[in-house]
Amino acid sequence: MRLSSISTRYPVSPWSTPALVLFAIAITFVITAGPILLAGANPIAAYAEFVVIPLTSQFTLLEVLVSATPILFTGAAVAIAFRAGYWNIGAEGQLLLGAIAAAGVGTTVGDLPGIVALPAMLLGGAIAGAAWALLPALLRVRFGIDEVVTTLLLNPVALLLVNGLLHGPWRDPVTGFPESPRIAASAEFPALIDRSRLHLGFVIALVVIATAWYVIARTPAGLRLRAAGLSPHGARFAGINVSRTLIVAALASGAIAGLAGVSEVAGIQHRLTSGLSPGYGYTGIVVATLGTLTMGGVVLAALFLGDLTVGASTAARSLGIPSQLGAVVQGVLLLTVVALLTLRRGNSSRPVDAGPPAGESAEHEPAPTEGAVT
Amino acid sequence: MTLLIDLLAATLRNATPLVYGTVGETYAERGGVLNLGIEGTMYAGAFVGFAAALATGSPLLGLVAAVGVGLLSGAVMALLTVTFGANQHVSGIGLTIGLIGASEFANRLIFRGGELQRIEPMPLINPLPDVGPVSAVFSQYGLTWVAFLLVVPLAWWVLQRSSFGLEIRAVGENPEAADAAGVSVPRTRYLALMIGGALMAVGGAFFTLALLGSFTLDIIAGRGWVCIALVIFGRWRIGRGVVGALLFSLIYSLQFRLQILPGFGDLPFELLLALPYLVVIGALALSGRNVAYPGAYLKPYRRS
Amino acid sequence: MAGVPGSAPALELRGITKRFGDLVANRSVDFDVVGGEVHALLGENGAGKTTVMRIAYGLTHPDAGSVLVEGHEVAIRSPRDAIAAGIGMVTQHFSLVGPMSVAENLALGRASGLRLDLDAARRRAVHAAERFGIRVDPDARVADLSVGEQQRVEILKALARDCRILILDEPTAVLVPAEIEALFATLRSLLEEGLSVVFISHKLGEVRAISNRVSVLRQGQMIGTVAGSTDERELARMMVGRPMLGVERSAGAPAPSEAEPVLRIRDLRVDGAHGRPSVEDVSLGVRGGEILGVAGVSGNGQTELMAVLSGMRRPVAGTVSVGDLDLTGADPRQMTAARVGRIPEDRHASLIPDLSVAYNLVMERLDDFRHSGRIDERAIRAHADELIARFDIRASPDDRVAALSGGNIQKVLLARVLSRDPRVLVVSQPTRGLDVGATEYVRSQLLARRADGAAVLLVSEDLDELLALADRLIVLYEGRIVGEMSAQEADREQLGMLMAGRGRNP
Repeated sequence: MRLSSISTRYPVSPWSTPALVLFAIAITFVITAGPILLAGANPIAAYAEFVVIPLTSQFTLLEVLVSATPILFTGAAVAIAFRAGYWNIGAEGQLLLGAIAAAGVGTTVGDLPGIVALPAMLLGGAIAGAAWALLPALLRVRFGIDEVVTTLLLNPVALLLVNGLLHGPWRDPVTGFPESPRIAASAEFPALIDRSRLHLGFVIALVVIATAWYVIARTPAGLRLRAAGLSPHGARFAGINVSRTLIVAALASGAIAGLAGVSEVAGIQHRLTSGLSPGYGYTGIVVATLGTLTMGGVVLAALFLGDLTVGASTAARSLGIPSQLGAVVQGVLLLTVVALLTLRRGNSSRPVDAGPPAGESAEHEPAPTEGAVT
Repeated sequence: MTLLIDLLAATLRNATPLVYGTVGETYAERGGVLNLGIEGTMYAGAFVGFAAALATGSPLLGLVAAVGVGLLSGAVMALLTVTFGANQHVSGIGLTIGLIGASEFANRLIFRGGELQRIEPMPLINPLPDVGPVSAVFSQYGLTWVAFLLVVPLAWWVLQRSSFGLEIRAVGENPEAADAAGVSVPRTRYLALMIGGALMAVGGAFFTLALLGSFTLDIIAGRGWVCIALVIFGRWRIGRGVVGALLFSLIYSLQFRLQILPGFGDLPFELLLALPYLVVIGALALSGRNVAYPGAYLKPYRRS
Repeated sequence: MAGVPGSAPALELRGITKRFGDLVANRSVDFDVVGGEVHALLGENGAGKTTVMRIAYGLTHPDAGSVLVEGHEVAIRSPRDAIAAGIGMVTQHFSLVGPMSVAENLALGRASGLRLDLDAARRRAVHAAERFGIRVDPDARVADLSVGEQQRVEILKALARDCRILILDEPTAVLVPAEIEALFATLRSLLEEGLSVVFISHKLGEVRAISNRVSVLRQGQMIGTVAGSTDERELARMMVGRPMLGVERSAGAPAPSEAEPVLRIRDLRVDGAHGRPSVEDVSLGVRGGEILGVAGVSGNGQTELMAVLSGMRRPVAGTVSVGDLDLTGADPRQMTAARVGRIPEDRHASLIPDLSVAYNLVMERLDDFRHSGRIDERAIRAHADELIARFDIRASPDDRVAALSGGNIQKVLLARVLSRDPRVLVVSQPTRGLDVGATEYVRSQLLARRADGAAVLLVSEDLDELLALADRLIVLYEGRIVGEMSAQEADREQLGMLMAGRGRNP
């Protein structure tokens, strides 16, 4: 109806985003008080254990950073894609491909020095993750096929690929376990601090996030990416190649998720194992959403979840609360954040709460080839 | 011959949870909501069903408990995606993470990581007259019989032939038209998601109550995602989705049997298992722009 | 067979007033329809016809006024209430579920419980076919039906709910002539059954062919009700109004030179929905320093024409060129590079509402604001400050566009386009929904570009605007140019006739 569309204004929400996120965290704590009480513990004491205790000793503090490392990568990967309006649910599979590549490179570099081995492994992991992300992106841009399902379905395929390798050609010849041989010593990430598990991957994650922040916030390409995510039609009208932007965002997202796999192989496991990722790719969705798709938010959210993970395992020992409460908190947190962020509906085109633009951007797209005339 | 009979019996058996999950997901998606909470819902169904059966000594009460948790899961999904209008895929992933976490938390809390608890699983039944060795194919769990003889026909009938099914399809295709015709879009979507959730949970409970008689971590192992693929493979039709479930289960059961045969041990069976996903992605790619998603798929509905 | 004298009208609207923000869509409108008559509601787009009938059907809520059925006031809060009161409406966008059968669509929302009585729906369809001559296959899939058949399903839906008053919103807009005849035959058989029909239209010929009475709305106000036999010139005059006083022609402006056109379109064809072309055989040229006005009721191909000129859509046939440059099928970037400035009717969708004013102002030319690889925020801000001052935008550079008023959003778009000194300007509905001050400002800017030698194509539904600004006018009707004239010789009545499809051929 024409007349009503004239008066349609974008109402400005009275809720600020950080306030909503903090509110969501508070609600999550109220909801998870139930299971804590069931476990026979005092919720207040439990939250102190979860959130505060890990920050009080050097050992646990470092473990928080170790736990945060993989989800810093996957959180950033998911956030970049979501910012562009590309719903990459496939970070888990892209991570596994990165891990496969890292193990492949790491076991073959042999005597090469670290200065060669490490970059080769990082590059290989990034390329493998990006390659795993390419097909769904092409299907979305070419045919308007919803990427949610295609990226999701490639996750179990990636896990099967890992298992296929571990039960077949890569089975450890010495132990016979379904694990790959250990990667070369020169390919292992060095520890940042003696006698701690904190490794180079943490620094790489921060560098990647800083770079992503710079690109998104400070460069024309980043502004185009944001514009494409906020309003595909408006971006196309302004001459931005939305299809190319989506593909680039998908590849960058896949590459960063791939680096998470490299980081876990080179920094923690030192080999490919099928239990390499307990769902870091999915946790990346929690981190990105909780961080409201900003890079600073991703860092805070990843540290917070890392804190909770360490806290959950210490609470398991000291208070007898099963450490799986950490996953409960993650799930509830994601649900409360995604529900509360709909209260910002004022800005209807923000990717977090708008519906996916599946097919929409491609609807009136002229043939995907670009620039023949002029 | 024995191998073939065994294979057919295993195919029906292994297809059972997929049939429940696929039918449940079909209801959700035909109503316009992609429920990625399926993996978690099956997991919670498996655990809650088991725990209740263990506590009461009755697998049937376990089943009732599983249905309850499935209804609840569907209602939570509806609260998020229908009432709040939140992102369907993010909500579904959150539901899966939360339900798996909650099940493992409760598992740890109740059983303290002690010795593996077992229940007497539901018995195999064969109502058909004995016709020689082939009869083994029909020696199946009650839940399998129910799935193929009751749930599938009934779910199909309700969706295609009842006024309620008409309303589900209408709110999934064109909620504006349904609303204009006096159908409550939120009520219909809540019901579709809750029915779907109950079916998914029963599919999960099949593992603990019938197949295994115990609960182990990672018991669903991605079968919820298989169901997501099967729904698309079946083009949102219950009949075709069930055929897909049987095909997947045939491949799964076959590779399982081949693996233990001498000479086959080194074949990459994982590739076979990856087939359903790859087939679905390939089918999507081949149909290009003609994929007939439900019209309102992934779209929250608000009256203007 | 009009209603029995003295009895109450089947449907009566009293004093309906509806505002959307500052805009008054209906100003105390009275309307009634009696049993056995077709009462047409005539007016240009935006006159408020659809709004007043949506109010009768419960799709929109009035600020004031009442609805009476058979002389009794009824509270209509939703379509359900309207249906219960015997009112049915076929809106321009059908409320049908495409992948379902006709019978399923008829049954939707009727049954209670699980039982789905498709046979009853089929019987209703067969019954209606016999009684009203509405022939539809009850088992056909709605999406496979032609638009005309879909419309019949919509009418069937209303009749199946025992409606006594049928409202049809621009029912012929989507039909081919043979289907229009069939629709009219159906309507006549409904009248014989004593039903009442409200027929919303802007097409004079059809209105005269089917109506017993005609009421004319203009700018939300009821102008008058006349007999259906009233002559077309009189109806056109009522619809578009007399020339308003004080509208200034663009006197003293440089007359367009006899030079070659800058923007040239040849034999353009754009496909629309349902396989029918939305634009067909359109050829035109706009010279530098000239404003070519495109008149017409919306939905006659203007949107598609603008989409092609904006680079958002490829034509099926024909060419578009600017100077010597072939721009057929060009994308937005190529259009901008050719110095084609584009201001389409949907301002929100043409900007990124969630980004700042400053960013939106440079979105077409980000690479000009790059400084050693990064966005040159300082330059973007300076640029924004300058344009905000020059174009009188009431906003700060950091404000999100979404937070601005309609007038300021239009100024942002205008500033983005005009600051690049376009050689060709394609503009659609530039002042729709704007207040008086903003309207004047936008118009003066368009005239200033004309004075600077730009070729301006101005699409508008506002005849006053076209007559005030344009040097030449063309009229689009059903995707074709049906008239062309200079603004001096343009005459409102004649324009009204052409827009309503009753003109001479070009």
